[in-house]
Formats: sequence, structure tokens, C-alpha cells
Amino acid sequence: MQVNAKRENNILYIRLCGELDEHSAAQARHSADTLAESSALVERAVFDLGEVSFMDSTGIGFLIGRYKKFRRLGVPVYITNTPPTTDKILMMSGIYSLIPKI
Amino acid sequence: MENYMKMEIAARSENESFARSAVAAFALTLNPSLTELSDIKTAVSEAVTNCVVHAYRDNEENAKILIECKTETLPVQAHRGDRCEKYGVIHITVADLGCGIEDIDKATTPFFTTLQDDERSGMGFTIMQTFMDEFSVESEKGKGTRVRMTKKIKATENGEVKERVNA
Ligand SMILES: Nc1ncnc2c1ncn2[C@@H]1O[C@H](COP(=O)(O)OP(=O)(O)O)[C@@H](O)[C@H]1O
Ligand SMILES: [Mg+2]
Repeated sequence: MQVNAKRENNILYIRLCGELDEHSAAQARHSADTLAESSALVERAVFDLGEVSFMDSTGIGFLIGRYKKFRRLGVPVYITNTPPTTDKILMMSGIYSLIPKI
Repeated sequence: MENYMKMEIAARSENESFARSAVAAFALTLNPSLTELSDIKTAVSEAVTNCVVHAYRDNEENAKILIECKTETLPVQAHRGDRCEKYGVIHITVADLGCGIEDIDKATTPFFTTLQDDERSGMGFTIMQTFMDEFSVESEKGKGTRVRMTKKIKATENGEVKERVNA
């Protein structure tokens, strides 16, 4: 799993590419948290899931974990571009009430 | 017609991707849709991840996962006009010889997890249940856990044409 960042008009876009499972989560967590810690003056963080080729329930824990991290920094988090299967899992988990889809 | 495969892998997280891909590749013989295939992949990933994460938590010696798949192509089920409806079924078993689950009802409740601190969501069993057509768990404390899942694969348009009976 690759974690890429792009900053545009004080919005931090975090783009996940590849497979997000229990094995790849540790590295992805580390990369995303490093981005979070250097996100001074960011108004919001947006997780772009458009390039996620596979995700299981690990993704739910991953996203909630990052949501908590950003919340401590006062940065609201959003999700965008969810592929169908990923969307089905996230919908079931009720995560969109914490991290809205845009 | 019946077909099967069996495999044994080390209960290590780097095998999670291999395990779900192997089962998905085996299921391809039933000509599944992309959605059916991705449902199978996700459910297998949940079952295998549970063996890696939970089953051998206290004893990593001889940590292994046993995966068995059986496919069946069922005979003609119904006629619709001049088309023939056929479908396949895949039965998947994922088993470990780990610590077992004390209370299965509790474990299969949505959001229940014994590893809250590790960012587990407790949605693994719920996803298996939702994504597959049949689902059951057997477990014995200290002996291991076995998850059985079944998915029906509907005939695709192509499959129907290919399998068409010219009676
Ligand atoms: N193979 C297994 N061996 C032992 N315990 C298991 C196994 N699979 C699941 N469990 C138990 O069932 C609980 C729920 O599993 P699951 O729904 O996949 O959620 P999660 O894996 O996120 O905790 C786990 O927290 C664990 O206590
Ligand atoms: Mg699980």
C-alpha cells in the first residue's frame, strides 16, 4: 500500500493506493500519521480511496484511528472516491457519520 | 461436477494476500462476476486475518491455517424462455489449530473485538456473514476454530450462452 499526499488550498489529500489489509496497515498507519503530524494549518484532511484495489475490515480500524489522530490536531477528516466494495464495508460500519463522504 | 483444492499456509500476515488471491483464482472456474469475486476475496481475507491475528496470539508455535475449497456446478435449475439458468457454488473452509473462541455468539456480534487497542473493528464476522450466502463457525477452546462459508455464483450471460443446452 502506498500513501501519497497532496496539499491544495489548505486541504490535505491523502491518497491510498493498493491493498489495505492487516499486513499492509502498519506501514500505511505510520505514513498517514507522519503526514498528520506535519499538517500544521491544514483546514481538513481528505482520504482519497480511489486507488484502493482491496480493503477488508482492517480499513475501518485504520480510518477511525486516523480520524482520532487528526481530531486531536483539530483537523476534520473526510473520505472521497470510494470504490463499490470498499463503500459496502464502510457503509456497514457506520463510519460515514464520523468521517463524511464528499 | 465437483472440483476441490486444499492448502496449508503459515499463519503469517504476509500470507493474507496470497490466501485470498488463491481462493479467488480457484473460484474463477465458476465464471463469477467481479462483485461475487470481490465478496469472496473479502470474506476469505477476514477469516484468514482472524487466524493470523487472534488464533495463535499466546502460542505461535506451529501456527498454521488450513484452507479448503470445493466447487460444484449445479445442473439446470430453471428454464427462462430459451435460456438455461445454471449456477455454481463454492464452499470455503478456513481453519486454525489455535486458542479457539469461548463465546461464539458474542464473537460474531457486530463491533465485538477482543483487540480494541490494535485498531480492530470487530466487523470481520459480520462482513463474512453479509458477503457470503452461508456462514457458520465451530470452535473449541484450546483446539481451534473452523469457519465455513458458501457463495452461490450466478450464471453470467456469457456462461449461459456457453453452457446452453440445445435440447
Ligand atoms: N480464528 C480465531 N481464533 C480465536 N479467536 C477468534 C478467531 N476469529 C475471531 N476470534 C475472536 O472473535 C472476535 C471477533 O472477530 P472479528 O469479527 O473478525 O473482529 P476483529 O478481528 O476485528 O476483532 C475477535 O476479536 C476474537 O476475539
Ligand atoms: Mg477479524
